[in-house]
Amino acid sequence: MYTSAQSVRAAVGGRFTRHTAFAGAALLLLLVALPTFASRALVQDLIFVFYMLALAQYWNLLAGYAGLISVGQQAFVGLGGYMLFALTVIVGLDPLLAIALAGVIAGLLALPTAFVVFRLRGAYFAIGTWVVAEVYRLVLAQWKQLGGGTGTSLPPDITNSVAGIEGVKALFDARTSAARDMILYWTALVLAAGTIIAVYLILRSRHGLALAAIRDSEPAAASAGVDNFRAKLSVYVATAAGTGMVGALIYLQKARISPDSAFAVLDWTAYVILIVVIGGIGTIEGPIIGVLVFTLMQYYLAGYGTWYLILLGALAILIMLFAPKGIWGYVSERTNLVLFPIRRRLIASE
Amino acid sequence: MTVWLDTLLQGIMLGGLYALFAAGLSLIFGIMRLVNLAHGDLIVLAAFVVLVVTSALGLDPFLAALLSAPILFAFGYALQYLLLNRTLGRDILPPLLVTFGLSIIVQNGLLEAFSADSRRIGAGALETQSLPLGGGLAVGVMPLLTLASAVLAILALNFLFYRTSIGRAFRATSDDPETAQLMGIDNRRIFALAMGVAMTVVTVAALYLGMRANFDPTIGPARLIYAFEAVIIGGLGSLWGTLAGGIIIGLAQAIGARIDPEWQILAGHVAFLVVLVLKPRGLFPRAVD
Amino acid sequence: MLETRGLTAFYGDFQALYGIDALLAAGETVAIIGANGAGKSTFLKAIAGLLPSPPDAVRLDGVAIGGLAPAKVTRLGISLVPEGRKLFPSLTVEENLLIGTYGRAPGGHWNLARVYALFPVLAERRHAPSTALSGGQQQMAAIGRALMANPRILLCDEISLGLAPIVIRDIYNTVPAIKAEGASVLLVEQDIVQAMAVADRVYCFQEGRVSLAGRPSELTREQIHTAYFGT
Repeated sequence: MYTSAQSVRAAVGGRFTRHTAFAGAALLLLLVALPTFASRALVQDLIFVFYMLALAQYWNLLAGYAGLISVGQQAFVGLGGYMLFALTVIVGLDPLLAIALAGVIAGLLALPTAFVVFRLRGAYFAIGTWVVAEVYRLVLAQWKQLGGGTGTSLPPDITNSVAGIEGVKALFDARTSAARDMILYWTALVLAAGTIIAVYLILRSRHGLALAAIRDSEPAAASAGVDNFRAKLSVYVATAAGTGMVGALIYLQKARISPDSAFAVLDWTAYVILIVVIGGIGTIEGPIIGVLVFTLMQYYLAGYGTWYLILLGALAILIMLFAPKGIWGYVSERTNLVLFPIRRRLIASE
Repeated sequence: MTVWLDTLLQGIMLGGLYALFAAGLSLIFGIMRLVNLAHGDLIVLAAFVVLVVTSALGLDPFLAALLSAPILFAFGYALQYLLLNRTLGRDILPPLLVTFGLSIIVQNGLLEAFSADSRRIGAGALETQSLPLGGGLAVGVMPLLTLASAVLAILALNFLFYRTSIGRAFRATSDDPETAQLMGIDNRRIFALAMGVAMTVVTVAALYLGMRANFDPTIGPARLIYAFEAVIIGGLGSLWGTLAGGIIIGLAQAIGARIDPEWQILAGHVAFLVVLVLKPRGLFPRAVD
Repeated sequence: MLETRGLTAFYGDFQALYGIDALLAAGETVAIIGANGAGKSTFLKAIAGLLPSPPDAVRLDGVAIGGLAPAKVTRLGISLVPEGRKLFPSLTVEENLLIGTYGRAPGGHWNLARVYALFPVLAERRHAPSTALSGGQQQMAAIGRALMANPRILLCDEISLGLAPIVIRDIYNTVPAIKAEGASVLLVEQDIVQAMAVADRVYCFQEGRVSLAGRPSELTREQIHTAYFGT
């Protein structure tokens, strides 16, 4: 027991923090330099890894921390993608600027969306978000200038006009397409790494504490003075903005968009949920592990088509039944290993 | 004028189909607070079962549905008893994710077994027959049968709920599962029975889904969404509310389609969102949560 | 007939019972008394199967029944009248009674007519929703519901809680009739005087342990006071 003579403070962090930060920085440097020596195929695969990782971190923040289980995040991927097309093709903005703006717009549209779906609770919130995503899909399918229901392609002069492409071409003596991939790679890396750092900082802040309280017990959090609604709304809007930016990036790389692909529940929500759950929901480490496992499965098994999808469905069921905390939950329970310390521990000092 | 009357009539009939989609979902949620994301795919699965029975035995589709119902009841019972019961609890993620996984499995399993081709359950002359109502209006026999079946299904479910001993057990378990166990009620069996009953209603829904229009393995999720919208509009826990909700979605879709065929689905969703904003607990709320 | 040996119970990491040895003989009425949080209700819940316990810790006629599912315990003839009545709000009074027959042991005395004879006011309100009953009527319905299972052992958790003295007297006046039909009664009671009046033997619980046991006539006020509050 602590006596009154001791003062108690809550602290986050621990033995591993410094090692983690060092290893993380080294890994980041390696990843930044990677396109200068790696094959183009690897660069493209890693772009996929990065944007799926970012999507997974956003969904994890939403579901694993704020308790908002959405199956409609494809709404913001699709909106981001369509905003990128609108802002580059119609308005004529630079694609990188358009990615940032697409995020802002997705965040703004999350407000009216929340106005509707926040009226539903729990599992009904989940399907409600799906309905809203369908509404966005059907509305954007009416946008004839962007191809209506069949969609449209991004003209090559736009994909090749990404800011800094001339510099990259000159510096690395790369062709236009390779240089474009490098820029997209770095953008994706910035988004993924930035997302992880942002999520980490949010969870360590007072907001993170409020979220943890809400997740454990909404009434208790409310009576402790946490504004549940505001806390949840901020997370919802922030993740929508982030998801929108990732969506814009995805469709800049794909250079072709259609309502059915941009608002696909399987690609942008089911896979993302699977990544989070395989890795371990409610941890920052989980989605990182999940995206690596998922990418490997995708790489080796996607050729099996429907059987691959049946396997994924079965995997989701098995994990929920037998390992609901995912791979990272399993590992950290046995080893006490924590890479991103966000739990508060009481420390007594004389 | 006649055009619009016809549209309203079509909408109400279509609503009967959506109410049939929704009744099973409403039942399952009412009794065990389970939201089944695979519900739409299970409807499609049932349609394929009816189709296979029809073509394999050369039976009339109604007879085939009658034969399929016990099979699907047993399937629902086993699904709940062996799998879904394990996911129930305070946390809503396990049931959501498991039924999401189930949805993917059913959909792709059907694709593997039956390919992506469009199918239809042939109903012979019934498909085209219609009853003249005078004034240039006519109502198709098939849509009329759908609506009548929806009303019958809801009457039957209400009878089961409020007039039988198993219905008492359903309601008691829904009220308070822990105390229900003290009464000697085995919750796991009650939940399994409820899923069996839901799958029986799903068989009826699937019969009309398959006879009225073409279907393929991928159309399940859209049916789930219509069903969900009908349940929410009607108010949780009210079966008649679910019928009303189905009819509202049907009407909105028919009116939307009349204005522009591309707006059919969107109009249904918009009607749902409007109700949600104006009356978040639905039009006929009964249940507490 | 019913015996617990070293019965323990936990709510998560919190231990509520630390090895309870207790006995209920056929035809007996036994009362459990003790302060709030002493583990009285927990004891009944553990017997009823609502909390996990080791098989050997609860025995019925020498057979280990600890840790069985609540539905199975009910089918063995042990019915719990839960704290706070816990009637089913969407069922009528009569439906609440009928739901009690699910776990019925074969044969037995109790049916709707006999429960209504025991609690005539319930017959008058048989078609009312259970939420429309007064507290005392709800308690009667909860007891009637448990009786419909024809229990050999009736567990009653705080049946006088929140009721007027005259209502409490009415309810306790039915205990002899219940016992006359062959049920033994194990009841948890806050009101010591009431418990002493109705029980053949009492156990006093303190912090999850038995602090005193005996016949009411053999126990002194001081003994009970000490057992109740500690020293």
